[in-house]
Amino acid sequence: MKGLQLRGINKTYGNVRAVENISQEIHSGEFFTLLGPSGCGKTTLLRMIAGLELQDSGQIILEGEDITALPAIKRQINTVFQSYALFPHLNIFENVAFGLRSRKVPGPEVDKRVKATLEMLELGQMTQRFPHQLSGGQNQRVALARALVNEPKILLLDEPMSALDAKLRAQVQVELRRLQQKLGQTFILVTHDQDEALVVSDRIAVMKEGKIVQFGTPMEVYDSPKNKFVAEFLGTANIIEGSYHDGLFHTELGLFELEKPPAWERGMIAIRPEWIRISANKPAKNGIQAKVTEIIYRGNNLDIGLSPGPLRVRTSTYQQVKMGDTLWLELAPKEMAVLNE
Amino acid sequence: MNKLMIWYGELITGKKLIKRGLFFLTPGMMWLILFLVLPGLILILVSFASRGVYGELVWEFGLDNYKRLLGFGIFGWTPDYIYILLRSLLVAVVTTVLSVILSYPLCFYIARKPERTRYLWLTIVIIPFWTNMVIRTYSWFLILAPEMPLAKLAAFLKFIDPGMPLYPSAFAVYLGMISMFLPFVALPLFSSIERLDWTLVEAAQDLYASNYRIFMHAILPQTLPGLSVGIILTLVPAMGMFVVPDLLGGAKYMLVGNLIQQQFGSSRDWAFGAAISMGLMVLTMFSLYLYKRKNKDIDLL
Repeated sequence: MKGLQLRGINKTYGNVRAVENISQEIHSGEFFTLLGPSGCGKTTLLRMIAGLELQDSGQIILEGEDITALPAIKRQINTVFQSYALFPHLNIFENVAFGLRSRKVPGPEVDKRVKATLEMLELGQMTQRFPHQLSGGQNQRVALARALVNEPKILLLDEPMSALDAKLRAQVQVELRRLQQKLGQTFILVTHDQDEALVVSDRIAVMKEGKIVQFGTPMEVYDSPKNKFVAEFLGTANIIEGSYHDGLFHTELGLFELEKPPAWERGMIAIRPEWIRISANKPAKNGIQAKVTEIIYRGNNLDIGLSPGPLRVRTSTYQQVKMGDTLWLELAPKEMAVLNE
Repeated sequence: MNKLMIWYGELITGKKLIKRGLFFLTPGMMWLILFLVLPGLILILVSFASRGVYGELVWEFGLDNYKRLLGFGIFGWTPDYIYILLRSLLVAVVTTVLSVILSYPLCFYIARKPERTRYLWLTIVIIPFWTNMVIRTYSWFLILAPEMPLAKLAAFLKFIDPGMPLYPSAFAVYLGMISMFLPFVALPLFSSIERLDWTLVEAAQDLYASNYRIFMHAILPQTLPGLSVGIILTLVPAMGMFVVPDLLGGAKYMLVGNLIQQQFGSSRDWAFGAAISMGLMVLTMFSLYLYKRKNKDIDLL
């Protein structure tokens, strides 16, 4: 049995159920992301996998072996901490060598493995420096090297990019993804940043109030959100409420055709701002008229606010749109995601 | 000098700034020069003078006092004073080490208390300071008296004869010294332990570290600033301590503090007393130098 299985994990702090009956399988070699707002229990879950927090009930199975009762020092799992938690009095080489030295790996082998790992993460020149002499991005890579050098069965990353500035973060996300694919190792990332989750993950589990509300590939989660929470947490979404009868979705904005009839009579659909098309003439179906109330120029796109709604539409900047214009919008049936929960 | 500049937000001229500095600095400097630097220099001078017949200072300079301190007397070489100096160093070091060993668990315990009761616990550690040192030392007489459980236990275990008190003895000196100096180590250490970043401990656990490695790499480096202050605050005064060894050690456990006090008191040999003081000072500085060299990253002295 490969990979990691979580079976019925529960954790309560006082009256707060931090993690509620989570069962999840994480495949070997995949980049799995726990995504959710702060306080949703994602970090608690990660810490339980690391052995830094004890679950109230449930089992953790790693490659077929029950590790539920093993302490952190006996789990072949390493963590990149949010604050990196590098040892300030040790230089970069010794920081990375720490785990190997703890396990009494012979000196020459420590030397070889540490150097190879530092080389891989382009830190070869930094071995003699100390953490306080390095930039945030470099320290982040040191933390990564310190965990990876131990060749863990699973690498845990606890919001490792939260301390980096936006531009560097975007770059590191891509690097992290490439690194994981090159190594073919299992990575579990915790983040509240939906962009980050979409960029790096093979699969995403969206968490809310201690539960996994949806999981799937980035495309599944983004394109077919199950409920309002997921639709709004990942990117932005126009949520339209209404009732379905006589083969049509009746809303305040008008009548819409859906791709297939939903399971409910009253409910919601979500449509992403970039999926709404603007046209000069009335579209064949699902067209509504709306007035421009706000225009935000974002460089690579135009973010338009319209009423009634309020609706948000994202479009290319070559669109000629002025405040107060009345536009035809097309909400195509296949772009409307039915929210089932 | 009269050019305007901005000094941490204040618009001022250089001349004014210097004037202001001198105004605030001068009293303190004068105090230090009058009551520390000058007496220190006089002490050095006196240590080379000699004793008159009636115990008065005679301004005849020589190295006799230092020769005597090093053990060269009329009857050949007897290093009694060197023993006393080294014994003082030993007492100070042992007191410091034991205080550190006792302080760590104490500080961890207090740091884990909820904030409401934490300061109550700290107050309990500090309360002994509110009592006079001599009274505190005398109270040990009571605790170590023959009728009390400690002495009875010691007699039962055949460490002392029945009906004898546990003082004066080396044991009593250490008891008194540690109770005296424990707060000096515990308080600065606590301030470091309170701010301990436990993530480093978790990181060490995550990286398979043994308990020894966790302490050495995750706890000790973080608590070193407080620990250093504590060690220096204990080691230096403990070397010259005389009330505790005088009362609890008596003649059986003479330390350099008592020796110096004797010279200035009953022996009326100020010149020799000054020389011993110099010896103690050299020893203290040398110990701190060794300590600093072992801990290069501490910039305390």
